[in-house]
Amino acid sequence: MKSSTISRISALLLRYFFLLRSSWPRVLEIAYWPTVQMIIWGFTSVHFSNSSPELTAGGILISAVLIWDSLFRSHISYTLSFLEEMWSRNLANLFVSPLRPWELIISLATVSMIRTLIGMLPAALLAIPFFGVSVFELGLPLLGFFLNLVFTGWAISQAVTGILLRYGLGAESLTWMLPFLLAPFSCIYYPLETLPGWMQTIAQYLSTTYVFEGMRALILRGEWLPGLLSKAFLLNGVYFAIGLSVFCISLRSARRRGLLLQSGE
Amino acid sequence: MTEVKDSLLEVTGLSKKFGSSTAVKNLSFSLARGSIVGLLGGNGAGKTTTLSMLLGLLEPSSGSIRLFGHDFIKDRHAVLNRINFCSPYVDLPQRLTVRENLRVFARLYGVNQAGQVIQGLAEDFRLLDLMDQPIRRLSSGQKTRVSLAKALINQPEFLLLDEPTASLSPDVSQWIRQRLAEYRDQTGATILFASHDMREVELLCDHIVMMSNGQLIEEGSPQDLKTRHGKNSLEEVFLELSEQETKA
Repeated sequence: MKSSTISRISALLLRYFFLLRSSWPRVLEIAYWPTVQMIIWGFTSVHFSNSSPELTAGGILISAVLIWDSLFRSHISYTLSFLEEMWSRNLANLFVSPLRPWELIISLATVSMIRTLIGMLPAALLAIPFFGVSVFELGLPLLGFFLNLVFTGWAISQAVTGILLRYGLGAESLTWMLPFLLAPFSCIYYPLETLPGWMQTIAQYLSTTYVFEGMRALILRGEWLPGLLSKAFLLNGVYFAIGLSVFCISLRSARRRGLLLQSGE
Repeated sequence: MTEVKDSLLEVTGLSKKFGSSTAVKNLSFSLARGSIVGLLGGNGAGKTTTLSMLLGLLEPSSGSIRLFGHDFIKDRHAVLNRINFCSPYVDLPQRLTVRENLRVFARLYGVNQAGQVIQGLAEDFRLLDLMDQPIRRLSSGQKTRVSLAKALINQPEFLLLDEPTASLSPDVSQWIRQRLAEYRDQTGATILFASHDMREVELLCDHIVMMSNGQLIEEGSPQDLKTRHGKNSLEEVFLELSEQETKA
């Protein structure tokens, strides 16, 4: 990688670091929601542990919540960083600078990864003393599950940021909606067979389904099924290509329509 | 189109259509290196659209832009580190301080010895007392000074300014005009200055490109234009030309 590229990427990382440093509620918020989610589902798990032990075996509910949240956090962190540029009417400054679009994408993905780790680690660590559940016991497969969901989050983010470029802040609500659209099909808390036929068909095209099926097999039966993870990585490759295409086409369209100068509130 | 020796920018047959309406029509002009050129026109004349195309923010419908000898439309990244801009349509990140903003943009443009450059700009633009203030706490005049400091962070050879003194008091406007003239004199940079303030353009620019309804209607030095049209001010020249354009 050229030194000028590294300089430009580090410039944006510095910009997001300064932003976080300027507002302690933002820093707190990163870890706040995953921790609150973990606590709520932890107590739900405790409540059901006597009446329905199969539902909570091996801390599966808490693990599912934490692993699912990595998709949501990675997506939100990526998209919010991009939205910051729109809210502050700074996009034109970036697109007139020597920054390449792919450098912007790498910067946003790096910030997203850092923010996701800051958000997820405290929740995952607190689950150990609070509920006796350690997702880290999943070992190396945890890294595979985590990376897959982060990649899915970035693929969604690329499409969403493209749509934001093209349609402006009126499309902001998509940021929050899209991950939740995937949730019912992703079989986070229930096996694939639970879904009706038509939903199973859709679920088979989602990388997230294979992540959670793999996680369940590992926690409940002690089976490590690398084939499921491979399918998830393959699908994520496809999603990533689609997301990138949406972003590039939207950027071109925004440039053609003159939307880059006046994107903002 | 006036022939320009040693031109930095050559715009030929530049047009921009948005659906059925034409914002810029068949625009051609050249800018000489080291000149300060005023892009003059009323509201909706096509100044901002033209500047956006020259910055690579807007794709032209047709025509060509050659900047520093490069085909800017096909390969703008080859020259983007040599240009910069300031526009009232664009802000700097509001939560970041003046110093943080300048540090980020210095790194974005790969500025060597960024600390010294930032210190120099802070002195030049009277920002020393504001360096640790977030942008959102600054007055509009102070924000303009910071935006101009950001626009000069990479010591651009081509500086594009879209009404940089709009909404500023006359004394601040005058001070900014002086700074821009000094910058040109010190560095030999070329400045394209879009404005609808005829008096300001007359004071600062050594060449004028006048636009109306997306078209170039006249160009030349302020004195040439006044002489050619037998008027005492650029404003009178512009009003006469606009009237002729409307009748046509």
